[in-house]
Amino acid sequence: MFLAESFKTAFSLIIGLNAELLGIILLSLRVSGTALLIATLLGLPAAALLGFKRFRLKGTIISILHTFMGLPPVVVGLLVYLLLSRSGPLGFLALLYTPSAMIIAQSILAFPIVAALSHSAIVGVDRIITQASMTLGATPYQVSLTVIREARYGIMSGILAAFGRVMAEVGAILIVGGNIAGFTRVMTTTIALETDKGNFDLALALGIILLTISLAINSAVRLVQQKGTAGAGR
Amino acid sequence: MTLGLSASGIWKKYNGDQILRDCSFSFNEQGIYVLTGANGCGKSTFLRICTLIEEPDSGEIHYSVDGRMVQKDLELKRRITLVLPKVGVFNTTVLKNVAYGLKIRGIGGTEATERVAKALEFVELRHKMDQNALTLSSGETQRLGIARALVINPEILFLDEPTASVDQKNTGIIEDIILNMKRDSMATVVITTHDREQAARLADHLLVMNEGKILPC
Repeated sequence: MFLAESFKTAFSLIIGLNAELLGIILLSLRVSGTALLIATLLGLPAAALLGFKRFRLKGTIISILHTFMGLPPVVVGLLVYLLLSRSGPLGFLALLYTPSAMIIAQSILAFPIVAALSHSAIVGVDRIITQASMTLGATPYQVSLTVIREARYGIMSGILAAFGRVMAEVGAILIVGGNIAGFTRVMTTTIALETDKGNFDLALALGIILLTISLAINSAVRLVQQKGTAGAGR
Repeated sequence: MTLGLSASGIWKKYNGDQILRDCSFSFNEQGIYVLTGANGCGKSTFLRICTLIEEPDSGEIHYSVDGRMVQKDLELKRRITLVLPKVGVFNTTVLKNVAYGLKIRGIGGTEATERVAKALEFVELRHKMDQNALTLSSGETQRLGIARALVINPEILFLDEPTASVDQKNTGIIEDIILNMKRDSMATVVITTHDREQAARLADHLLVMNEGKILPC
């Protein structure tokens, strides 16, 4: 009865979509979207470098990237906190407890996912594609672009997987954002706080929205993967 | 002004196996050159070395026009092309696959459209231009590979086992395409095949490779 009542209120909150709820959702999307953009801008060139160039310690770097895909968010939160705290090396920037600090933490979480999965997609492209573009007169740079283009569906899956990870993450942003109402409070931190307070209606409403976003991301990943293999059916 | 090729004393080893042994071959006139020999005798390796995709362990590859040596740079690499036995189609439409060689040369617009249409017409694939290239049959894929090569107007077209994995109908179509290329003086063609009858049907100049060496015919 209690659960049913809570769900009912949660749905009416979603339908009503008040300014507070909307603000929390938009901030979540802004923080995670910006973090994803930064992670992609850094992760893609890193993946290309690892995919196309030969250099010492390449294997070690790839192993580290794969390990960091499972970085515990609270550890990242702690490290970013130590960096940005007043006595930390970047304390002068006064970024702690701001959305910028949350973006930095989530970028660190998303980067290894984007880089490692994009790298896997790039090295997974059949070597025959490289040879085919070479035989048609492509320069090494054009060959690389062609391979990246062939890996595009795998790369997009990696980016979407990273987005799913940062959207659902709570540990890091709670530590570096401080969960300040109307400033750094996002969906996951609100759910944690409101559950603690026993205010399950808002927590449930945000949980449903978060799940819907997660479902949309997963559907997008599936669509992208299906599109990537649609032509390779034979 | 025919682009000529001279390969002399080519040696190549893979994983300890000597694939090519003092392999030499040269031509400077148009026509169809057919290199035949058993599977694994080194034909494909020789073609990849001739097309500068791979380096020999020793020996020299030279291209020349009227006896004058041509530098082995990007410009030369764009005057020759190789269609691999496994074509390596890009995951996009047939049209974009064929247009690839033009795009990387900065050729677009009407000229590209016309050249792509002509190449597709030549290999009888124009009706499939909007289809994803990965959905083509193996015979159609080989024809796509030829169209993708022809569109860039190569002076020498190397075809590595173009009919090895295609049915009889497509083999006939591909052989006709090759003979039509000769009829239209489109390019000097160098083909490898293990099918001796096919070699006899197509060759103006027949070459036999045995154990990594081209034998005199």
